[in-house]
This record gives sequence, structure tokens and C-alpha cells, in this order.
Amino acid sequence: MYSPEILLTAVLNGLMTGAVYALIAVGLTLVYGVLHIINFAHGATLTAAMFAVYVLHAAFGLDPYLAMAVTVPGFFALGYAVQRLVIGPASHGDDGNILLVTLGLAIIIENALLVVFRSDTRSIDVPYGFAVIEVGPLFLSLPRVIAVFVVLLVALLLWLFLARSTTGQAIRAVAKEKMGAALVGIDVGHIYAVTFGLGAACLAVAASLLMPTFLVNPRIGNAFVLVAFTIVVLGGMGSIPGALLGGLFIGVVESLSGLFMGESLGQIGIFLIFILVLLFRPTGLFGAKA
Amino acid sequence: MSALLAVEGVTMRFGGLTAVDGVTLAVAEGTITGLIGPNGAGKTTLFAVISGFLAPTAGRVRYRGEDITAMPVHRRAERGIARTFQIVQPFAGLSVRENIAVGAYLRHPGREAALAAADAVAERVGLARLRDLPAGALTVAGRKRLELARALATAPTLLLLDEVLAGLNPSEIRDMIPVIRRIRDDGVTILIVEHVMQAVMNLCDRVHVLAQGRLIAEDTPAEIARDPKVVEAYLGHGAAERMRRAQGHG
Amino acid sequence: MSALRPYRAILLALALLALLPVLFTTGTVRNFLIFTLIVALAAQGWNLLGGYGGQFSFGHASFFGTGAYAIAILQARAGLNPWLALPVAVALGALAGAVIGTLAFRARLRGSYFALVTLAFAEVLRIVANVLPITGGAAGTLIRLNVDPLNFQFADRAHFYWVTLVFLGAAMVLVRALERGRFGARLVAVRENEDAARALGVDVLRVKIVAITLSAAITAVAGCLYAQNFLYLDAAIAYGPWISVEALLAPIIGGLGTVFGPLIGALVLHGLGELTKVWIGALTGGSVPGIDLVLFGILLIATVGFAPRGILGLVARLRMLPA
Repeated sequence: MYSPEILLTAVLNGLMTGAVYALIAVGLTLVYGVLHIINFAHGATLTAAMFAVYVLHAAFGLDPYLAMAVTVPGFFALGYAVQRLVIGPASHGDDGNILLVTLGLAIIIENALLVVFRSDTRSIDVPYGFAVIEVGPLFLSLPRVIAVFVVLLVALLLWLFLARSTTGQAIRAVAKEKMGAALVGIDVGHIYAVTFGLGAACLAVAASLLMPTFLVNPRIGNAFVLVAFTIVVLGGMGSIPGALLGGLFIGVVESLSGLFMGESLGQIGIFLIFILVLLFRPTGLFGAKA
Repeated sequence: MSALLAVEGVTMRFGGLTAVDGVTLAVAEGTITGLIGPNGAGKTTLFAVISGFLAPTAGRVRYRGEDITAMPVHRRAERGIARTFQIVQPFAGLSVRENIAVGAYLRHPGREAALAAADAVAERVGLARLRDLPAGALTVAGRKRLELARALATAPTLLLLDEVLAGLNPSEIRDMIPVIRRIRDDGVTILIVEHVMQAVMNLCDRVHVLAQGRLIAEDTPAEIARDPKVVEAYLGHGAAERMRRAQGHG
Repeated sequence: MSALRPYRAILLALALLALLPVLFTTGTVRNFLIFTLIVALAAQGWNLLGGYGGQFSFGHASFFGTGAYAIAILQARAGLNPWLALPVAVALGALAGAVIGTLAFRARLRGSYFALVTLAFAEVLRIVANVLPITGGAAGTLIRLNVDPLNFQFADRAHFYWVTLVFLGAAMVLVRALERGRFGARLVAVRENEDAARALGVDVLRVKIVAITLSAAITAVAGCLYAQNFLYLDAAIAYGPWISVEALLAPIIGGLGTVFGPLIGALVLHGLGELTKVWIGALTGGSVPGIDLVLFGILLIATVGFAPRGILGLVARLRMLPA
């Protein structure tokens, strides 16, 4: 058996990784909740955001956290444009088509990155990359602690935005009743695109949180995409609190199964959860709306 | 006349709402039996239970004496129960002939026999000229006929018709009525759920009236038309009294 | 002969394809042709389920990989002759299809959910294959080089090409036969409208499970041919997402739910892909990995958006126009 310190560290590490997973999943579930589509390009978009952070650092020496000032609005605009100009027109509103169009986008993004950056794995050096803070007997990675706080802040901001702002209310109206929203004069196409932009902006934040301690290559998004789908399904499709809880849960599951079964098999736990939830409990573990 | 289909105490609840409440009725072999009632009476729900698309909360459905309440829809079709859909459901990507052939394959496993059977059915319902069109290109009246044709192609003993006349104009209804009557004359028992009263009165041997989930009357069309309970169910409380007085003064 | 009439176009296409190695004698072109036909075969499997049945799998790697690993392992570890291992491997691939299909379709998964669950199954298999001793783990499995037609290994690339063509042709004839019969009619009915199909006596669950089983078997044959052609496998090749994507791209771009769609899609995609690679390579003076896939992605979106019936649909539309 492992000592309590090791187990506790594993759980805390899992929670910290899980916080970033949660943010990635929030972007995915938001898009699902409003547009009722599964965005297959979510993982590839995350990869693109990570490369954006990498390039800003490599070319201009911009700190990964400060890069958010550029990438968050940039990815919001990109997400908005892609939904408005590509996904909307090409899918004719059909579920199967959207799946294929977003798959096509994923293929394009991933391989365009491969063309530009080749398959090398890259990372960035920041002075605080290996900094730790001591909490009692435990040493916690500073960038990952920062990540947890940023995710909580983003979740709070997103919640305030959806609850209080006019656009946020329109988004919730569209999510609930598209036809009704259109009848009262809400521009559904615009709201779809805003939502898609928000999903992409969440990924830009996640990329900045990942880059100080993580590495990036053109296929890295694949490692996150099924994890994000698992979280979304687990938390209930379209539920933001579900995605947050699910993200933390999956982070801990991954960390503990990695500890007990080794790194490569650790991921299996996640996929098996995914399959089992889909097969037996498609409304999600936390009983959120279907 | 023996009952081909028997509905025994069928109740269907959705959460707190009781859509069908203890309905018992029988359909005699060789007849056209009507099921009518105002909007929201539970006709569609009862039809879904009889055709096997919904499992009732309580009660049984018997066919030739056998309990088929839990029998899957496709097995019912094998036994000779066919249905049409109120909202037509053509296989839009297939031609009219191929649509009908899907039904015909139930009795004819081979391609040639199934297509020949499909052509014969198309002739019966007046779709022969249109059989090579894509199903998506048909008019509403054409699609209603296609619904009927596909169901007939399964060579049913009992045909359940869900508002096959709804959405048709008066002249299309006039064209359709003899088609349905001929099907009965060919030996198929028919249960028809219908909103178009005139057609029901014209076609049916027996009529059951459903209101607020309950069966309120069962009789010949002529008697049903005179039944004050039925008039009230359709036109509101006191309507029968007002009508009688109006006639008395007239 | 009237019985052969429905198959005439297939036989003609196969005869034309059989001539290609005579025209192209370089190893590079022949290898390209073999690879393209293997993709077309895997895609024909996907097409049966996805094109005719309307169930879009994102995880046909499960069946490709099971076929490939089975034929390789039966040779490498059990010393079985590959021609005998082939039917066993195909049966195992079909079994994988039946199991995944039964689980997914019983749970009533469809659309995006079905796509996701098939993808997840393939990923689980990939991770497991990467650590199990029997698959050789991360080191992979080698099939011993022993060139002999009795051993499913051919000295002449043209011979392997013709063998691949025979399997592809058999799959096309099978799909045509299914398409013209009761099963095909029912499968398409399920794609178009499940409730209506059910009311006409179609056992929807059974039709879907039979479809995924046959589909998996065809794709497993492609996996076997891949293993015999390259004589090496690892988890990323056998169960990697690349083949799941290849298997769905070809039929969608060629023409969903048509016998020729997968073949035409595979030829066009890989033809264009190679040309692009050569062209960009000449421009930049080196190889540019990924450029062909960027093109595939663009073609996928363009097809879904503007030519939902694929290349064959476009051709049919052009023919209708007055000359």
C-alpha cells in the first residue's frame, strides 16, 4: 500500500489536473447545451491554442499567462467565425453533418499544425515552471495551483455572464427553446456563434494554464478530447456544474489509476467510464438533464 | 362475429397525467371500426398502445385471443397487424415502389416476388403511375396513399389507420373512402382513428367514442350521432340540450 | 446473362483496375495502388453500416485492428498458415463488431453518441494492445518474411495487388447483392425511419447488429491484407484513429450508400493526396507530412456542405444536365 502522503498528493494532483479538464469540458458542454452538437474539433482547437501560447512566447517572449490577453479574444473571434462561416452553412442543421464537419475541422487543424510545426514536441521554459509551494507536508506545483484558481475564476465569470448579461440570457433562452427565442427576436445564428466563441475562449484559457508545465505537439489535443467527452457525458450533456464536478472527478480517477496501474493503462479507466456511462446511464452520473 | 382485437382495461399514465383510463373495446373480424373523440381525448395514445409503440401502465391487448401487450412492434407485423402513421413517415430516399417493397418483403423474401407484390399494392391504392418517383416528391395525398400501401404490402389481417384522412381536402377524402372500403371488402379488418367525422360515419360499422381518456359510447354511426353524451363531448356541456331545443323550435 | 447484369459494372471496373499494374511497373506506384485498395476495402465495410444503415462509426479501427492483429499473431505465435488464419481473423473482427454493436444498439445509441462510443472502444483496444504481451506491446508484432504465395507473401507487388483486388471485388459483389435484396431494403429503411421500418415488420435491432457484424468482417479483411502487405503492426497502426477516419472519408466523398462510393472516394482522395504531396514537396524541396490530410479535411467539409451524395451524386447531376 501507498503511504497517506502519496495518496493525498495523488488526489490533489488529480484535482489540479481535473480543474483544467473541467475548463476544457465546460467549453464543450456549453456548445452542446446551446447548439445540441458534439464539437469534434474541440481537442484540435485546444492544440491550436497551445501552439498560439507557444509561438507568442517563442517569438515575443510573452509570458503564457499574459498571452491570454491575446489568445482569449483571438480564439473567441475564431470560434465565432468558424461557426458562422463554416459549421453553420456546411451542416444544414443536421446532427450527422455537424459531426462530420467538426471532424473535418479537427483533421484540418491538426494536420495544418503538423505542416507548420512538424511532429516535434515542444515546451516553454518559464522561471516558475518548477516552483512549488509547501502546504503542510505536501509540495504543490505553483503553476497548477494557479490553474485551479483561474479555473474557478473563469467558472464564476461564465456563470455571472450567463445569469446577468443580456447576451447570457439570450444564450440560455436559445438553449432552452430555440424556436421561442427566435420568435421573440433573438438572432439565433449570432447566439450560436457567440456560444461557439465562448467554448473556444475557454480553450485559450486552458492552453495558457497548461503550457507552463506541459508540452505540445500537433496531436496533443487527442489526449484531451475523449477525456473531455467523458467528463461531459458523466456530468450530463450540457450541464456546466456537471462538467466542473466531472472534471475534478476524472482528474482524480486518472491520477489514482495511474498510480495503481501505471501511466499507459491509467487512461483506460477513463474510457471504460465513458463507455459504461454511455451504455447504461446516458443522462450522466450527477442526474443532470438529458 | 368474433373479436379479432380486444383491448381490456387499458390505462396509460404519463407522470401524473392519465391519458387513457381503463378502456375496454373489441374489434370484430371483417368490420371497419372507428375510434373517435375530440382533441386530447387520448386517441393517439390508445392507438400507440394497440400498435405496440407504447407499453400501457395497466391492462391488456389481445389479438386472436393471444395476449400481445408486451409483443414488439415488428413481431405484431409478422402476426398480421399493420399500422399507418398520422404524420406520414416515408423513406424519403427511396422510390415509391421501394418504399412499398419494404413492407412486401415481410411475406416475400425474394426480390422479384416482393417487387411484384409491391406493384400489385400500388395498383390497389392508385399509386401505380407514381411508383418510380422518389417518395419525397409525393404530395400530401400521395404520401397518405403510400402510408396505406406500405401497410397493405405486409398483407395484414388487422389494419390500424391513424388519421389517414387528416390533411386531405374534401375531394381527396372522397377519393380515399372507396379505397379503404375496398380493403375491408378484400377481407382486412380495419380499426380507424379519425378526426374527420363525416368519413367515419360513412365508413364504419361500429364507432367507439373516447373523451378525456375514457370510452363514453359505443354503437353504430347512426346511433352515435344522436347520442347526447357524444355531442356534449365534442361541442361542450349543454350542447345537446341546446340542439334539441333548437330543433324543437325549428 | 441476366443474372449477372446487376454486377456488370463491378466486373468491368475490376477488369480495368486489374490492368493498372501492367501500366505502372514501379514499386512506388504499385505500393500506392495496393494501399489505396486496402483503404477502399476497409471503407466498403464502413459504407455498409454507415452509408446504407446510417450509423456513423468513428471506430472502425476496432475491426481493422482485430483482423490485422489476429492474422499476425496466429502466424507469429501459433505458427498457423496465413490462409488458414485469415478466416479466423475475419471471424474475430466480425465478433468484435457483433459485441460492440449489440452493446451500443441495445443501449439505443445513435448519431453522435454511437460515433463516440465506437471511438472509445477503438481507443480502449489501442491502449490494451499497446501493453499486452501477446500483441508484442509497444514493440509491435512482426510477421516473419517468407515469400511464398502459399504463405500469403508475394515476390511480385503486382500479385499482391491482384489478390487485394479479388477481395475488394468480392466485397463489392456482396454489397451489391445485399443492396438488391431484402436485407438491403430493410437496412435502408432503418436508416430512413426506424419507427416506420418497425411497423413494417423489420426487427430494427437485429438488422443493425447484422449490419455492423458484416461491416466489421469486411473491414477486418482489409486489416488482414494490411498485415500481410507490411508484415508489421503496432497498436497505433492497427487500432489508431487514422484508419477509422480513412474508412469514413472514402465513402462519404465518393458517395454514401453506393457500391462504388468507397472505391471512387479512396482513389480520388489518395490520388489527390499523392499529387499534393509531390507538388508541395517540389515547391518546398522536402516532404511536408500532413498536407494531404489537410486537403482531405477540406474535401470532407465541402462534400457534406455542398455535395451530400458525394462524387457519384455530382456525376449523376451533371449527366441530367443537357449536353
